[in-house]
Amino acid sequence: MMPSNFFTDWAFMIPFFITACFSLGVYLLLTAGSGDVLWFWSGQEILVGLFVAVVVGWVARGFFCDSRRRAALNPKRWLRAVGYVCGPFFIELAKANVDVAYRVITGRIRPGIVRVKSGMETDLGVLMLANSITLTPGTLTVDINEDTNDLYVHVINVSDDVAARDALEAHEIFSTFDCPSWIRRIAE
Amino acid sequence: MNIWFFTVGVMAFLMLLAMIRLFKGPTAADRVVALDAVNTLVVASMIVLAAAFKQVIFVDVAIVYALLSYVGTLYIAKYLGGEL
Amino acid sequence: MSLLLFIWHALMWLFIAIGLFFNSLGVFGILRFPDVYTRLHADTKATTFGTIFTSLAVVIYGLGHWLKTADGQYGSLVLHTLIAVVVLAITNATGAHAIARAALRRGHQPARAVVNKLEDSTS
Repeated sequence: MMPSNFFTDWAFMIPFFITACFSLGVYLLLTAGSGDVLWFWSGQEILVGLFVAVVVGWVARGFFCDSRRRAALNPKRWLRAVGYVCGPFFIELAKANVDVAYRVITGRIRPGIVRVKSGMETDLGVLMLANSITLTPGTLTVDINEDTNDLYVHVINVSDDVAARDALEAHEIFSTFDCPSWIRRIAE
Repeated sequence: MNIWFFTVGVMAFLMLLAMIRLFKGPTAADRVVALDAVNTLVVASMIVLAAAFKQVIFVDVAIVYALLSYVGTLYIAKYLGGEL
Repeated sequence: MSLLLFIWHALMWLFIAIGLFFNSLGVFGILRFPDVYTRLHADTKATTFGTIFTSLAVVIYGLGHWLKTADGQYGSLVLHTLIAVVVLAITNATGAHAIARAALRRGHQPARAVVNKLEDSTS
């Protein structure tokens, strides 16, 4: 489906360009050290990378790039994402594993499914929150209500007051850091 | 004994243990969980083998294996959920 | 110099030990827990974390050789291992979510559950 005014059709070109740049970046990261044309790469790798990036950008522009929101392009958010993964997220992940180790060894579990209000508005925010919940202490995202963005979370050890309540707020899932506000600053 | 080959040996043993659940699992979803664990262990041992043989290409294979096994897991999950 | 070498080897052994410990906990959890959802807990968390640590041992190994010999091959070993770890962390979490959703749609109830908000909302 080639649009008639190809190079000025921004609704087509912008997602295409972003996807192509991203895939070219990943390709160059994987082939770093192959030569010395541009410091690290050989000429052939750059040429093949450009070709592959154009093809991938053409094919994947529709589902890689949400056409409305451009906020995720801000480099500050990328830095924040790296900081989030290395800092709060990794500590929560380590605590989750000590918790699971304790449950495996003792076999002491009280499982249950609870409802969590995510408070996110974009799909990317909900995705990041769901993945963070899956990898943090004793919780596993089971289902998403796509109308209200509520998450249904399987918790391996439900306390009594949590079981009595109707819905939790997202930050109550995480014990030490306020991960949802980090995610909100990254993704929305 | 080489530390890397020792690690790979232990992980191969763990894969065998996970396969007990793969064969025994009462429901299909249990089998997918066991398969997922085996896939993760395969990726881990490929990365360790790359250090053992000093071959970077093993890690590239591990990346492709991780992505393909993810697609496989998603496909089986969609099939089990009746969305296919 | 020999002290640095010792620290390098000790770090590798430490990371390998932590990684193998959590990997085996994940596998034992799969064998031990009563239903799909709890098994998924053991699988995603423990196995991913263990794999991150065995890969970190490889990263330490590659970094040490890179600093020693300045051979670009070890640099790309480190870079590719880091990419593999990121890919694995993202795909495992998303795959676990997909399996849990599929099990739910097949009608598996969580065993020994004390509370089930999803059942309350649909029925």
